[in-house]
Amino acid sequence: MQRAATRKFSSLLFGTSPEAPSGVPATRRTMLQSISNAIDITLTKDKTACLFGEDIAFGGVFRVAEGLRQKHGENRVFNTPLCEQGIAGFAIGLSAIGITTIAEIQFADYIFPAFDQIVNEAAKYRYRSGGQFNVGSLLIRAPYGAVDHGALYHSQSPEAYFAHTPGLKVVIPRGPIQAKGLLLASIRDQNPVLFFEPKMLYRSAVADVPNEDYEIPLGKAEILKEGKDITLIGYGLQLVHMEKAMIRAEKELKISCELIDLRTISPLDRETIIDSVKKTGRVLIAHEAPKFGGFAGEIATIINENCFLHLEAPIHRVCGWDTPFPLVFEKMYYPDEHRIFEGIKSTINF
Amino acid sequence: MLTRFSRRLIGAHKFSLPDIKTHNIDPKLVPTEAESTKDELMKYLTDMMTIRRLEILADDLYKNEKIRGFCHLSDGQEAIAVGMEAAVTYEDSLITAYRDHGNAYMRGISLDHIFAELFGKASGSSKGKGGSMHFYHKEHSFYGGNGIVGAQCAIGAGLAFALKYKKKPNVALILFGDGASAQGQLYEASNMAELWKLPAIFVCENNLYGMGTPIEKASANLELYTKGHPSPGIKIDGQNILAVRETFHFAKDYALKNGPIWIECATYRYHGHSMSDPGVSYRKRDEITAARAAKDPIQKVKDWLIEKNEATEEELDKMEKNIRKKVLEIANKAKEEPWPDHKELFTDVYGPGRKYFYRNIEFKNSTMF
Ligand SMILES: Cc1ncc(C[n+]2csc(CCOP(=O)(O)OP(=O)(O)O)c2C)c(N)n1
Ligand SMILES: [Mg+2]
Repeated sequence: MQRAATRKFSSLLFGTSPEAPSGVPATRRTMLQSISNAIDITLTKDKTACLFGEDIAFGGVFRVAEGLRQKHGENRVFNTPLCEQGIAGFAIGLSAIGITTIAEIQFADYIFPAFDQIVNEAAKYRYRSGGQFNVGSLLIRAPYGAVDHGALYHSQSPEAYFAHTPGLKVVIPRGPIQAKGLLLASIRDQNPVLFFEPKMLYRSAVADVPNEDYEIPLGKAEILKEGKDITLIGYGLQLVHMEKAMIRAEKELKISCELIDLRTISPLDRETIIDSVKKTGRVLIAHEAPKFGGFAGEIATIINENCFLHLEAPIHRVCGWDTPFPLVFEKMYYPDEHRIFEGIKSTINF
Repeated sequence: MLTRFSRRLIGAHKFSLPDIKTHNIDPKLVPTEAESTKDELMKYLTDMMTIRRLEILADDLYKNEKIRGFCHLSDGQEAIAVGMEAAVTYEDSLITAYRDHGNAYMRGISLDHIFAELFGKASGSSKGKGGSMHFYHKEHSFYGGNGIVGAQCAIGAGLAFALKYKKKPNVALILFGDGASAQGQLYEASNMAELWKLPAIFVCENNLYGMGTPIEKASANLELYTKGHPSPGIKIDGQNILAVRETFHFAKDYALKNGPIWIECATYRYHGHSMSDPGVSYRKRDEITAARAAKDPIQKVKDWLIEKNEATEEELDKMEKNIRKKVLEIANKAKEEPWPDHKELFTDVYGPGRKYFYRNIEFKNSTMF
């Protein structure tokens, strides 16, 4: 996975966001470097901040922490043993006394041993103590999603499990500029945040990332392209496939599509979704995680509740199949350009 | 307890075993000597050489993108997989993590099925669905092949209980790494096993690193064989196949009578952690070279055979060449095997009675099955 996909992506996805500063000094950075830069800024400005996880001392498996230990010291950037439940619990304790805590789970697939701590402890600390304690300074990062050949345990997209838990926020960036702004906002947010990074884009997504400290607000979706015939909703790596399908659909079907990057799964930006669907009357939602119980179901329900009389066609979901993430069938499994295009076509022709 | 090898084997040679460390068990009970014949040693050597070729070839095939998924090689650690199996039977359950090619071979999965699985082909031992990390052999009590570090340990306690419950004269071999010895699940399993005196052998393959992290940075207690306290533990030289065989033979007997026992096998992995790790950023090349030179498990058996005048260097070289050729031939054949049918994406998710709809991009090519 070190030599990530080298395909060309358009500037739409990896361009800037309205909330990011423009016309300021910037450096060409991959998503990985951009995330590393956001952590570096945090460690520099916030002297309480710590970064830790498995193999972090030598940079972590993807080398996100490369150089940070040397720069900020081994008391602040350190290895944990191989024990996700322990990592999460430890992070919660650290955060409960107000320390800015950035914990890495090596792959999102390995967050499940930590599931209990995250869902039962982190998410409910504030509520059950009547607001006396909270773990607002906690951020858990994990690389998620397909990586071309990751098979069952290096590919999963667990966002829906966490979005289902009140008290947690779930954020997924699509490009280097967003990764930095969203990560800084997530670290500083007063709630525990899960930050899932599309690892397929770690090295292949490149952008001129502003050098300065900036935040992209959580809970705010971004309209990447305005359109009038159909709304396409996605996040993270999925947008790469959606964009390709969109370009093809606009050309072949002579339609105009509106593409929305949710950026934050929870809390969800309902307004942006509702306004868009009211305008277009048609909607397609895509994600890599399995369809059944997937996050698209929640979005669809919100649309149904709020836009029923505006809908011209059933809400269409294009998702991973309801199977474990496969080894040799990866290309068949995830919602690629072709499946999304077919989805757009059937929704338009309904 | 030396029942098995106290018999005088015709033409057997005596070997004294390297020093061990013990915890909560009288060291005098643990074998200090082994006997072995030329035939036995030749068999061990053949198996270890085969595993080594399998791994070296897998490395190559991965780099050529014939093997996808994540792939972890066990060259350097062959004596554990081979020695252990010389002491137990296929009725004894075995469960391990993802570094499982050697175990798969020793549990009787044929090389063609192993390569086919590595390639994700239909004739693979898991129908091409598991790949490198997921070998299984139901008839030979091999429960995998697990991706989640530590998960296999708790499952292993269940396997051990099942054997006891069914009054089988067998044990569960529960394999994990030094890095995995930090996972909480292992201690949940170990406690259950001790509490209920389950016939379990907890086997720690200590290759000194968990991915890029040396064991000193990951475990406060470096005596890993003591980590099952109060279960007894033994630390052995995992590069000495006879030490492995004798200790496991003893441990099986012990576990059946008394309950769980831990065996820490000191070993070394030659390759990086997985194929994306060159393995030299966190350890010095000298360290790898030194481990190879001083402790190679294959070389050790070769030396014994030559020392005891049972084989010549040339004979052993020739044997190695033949193995190399055979393994390569099998791998090449497996490359030509067909891919699994597309429907296999959907099968084996649930048990029988479930209908699957496979929506092809072209609707007319969709199927219900
Ligand atoms: C729960 C979980 N966390 C992390 C990983 C990633 N990972 C795979 S192997 C490994 C290191 C394991 O080291 P060790 O137990 O010593 O076994 P070895 O690889 O040396 O055989 C890590 C961190 C994983 N597979 N599962
Ligand atoms: Mg290890």
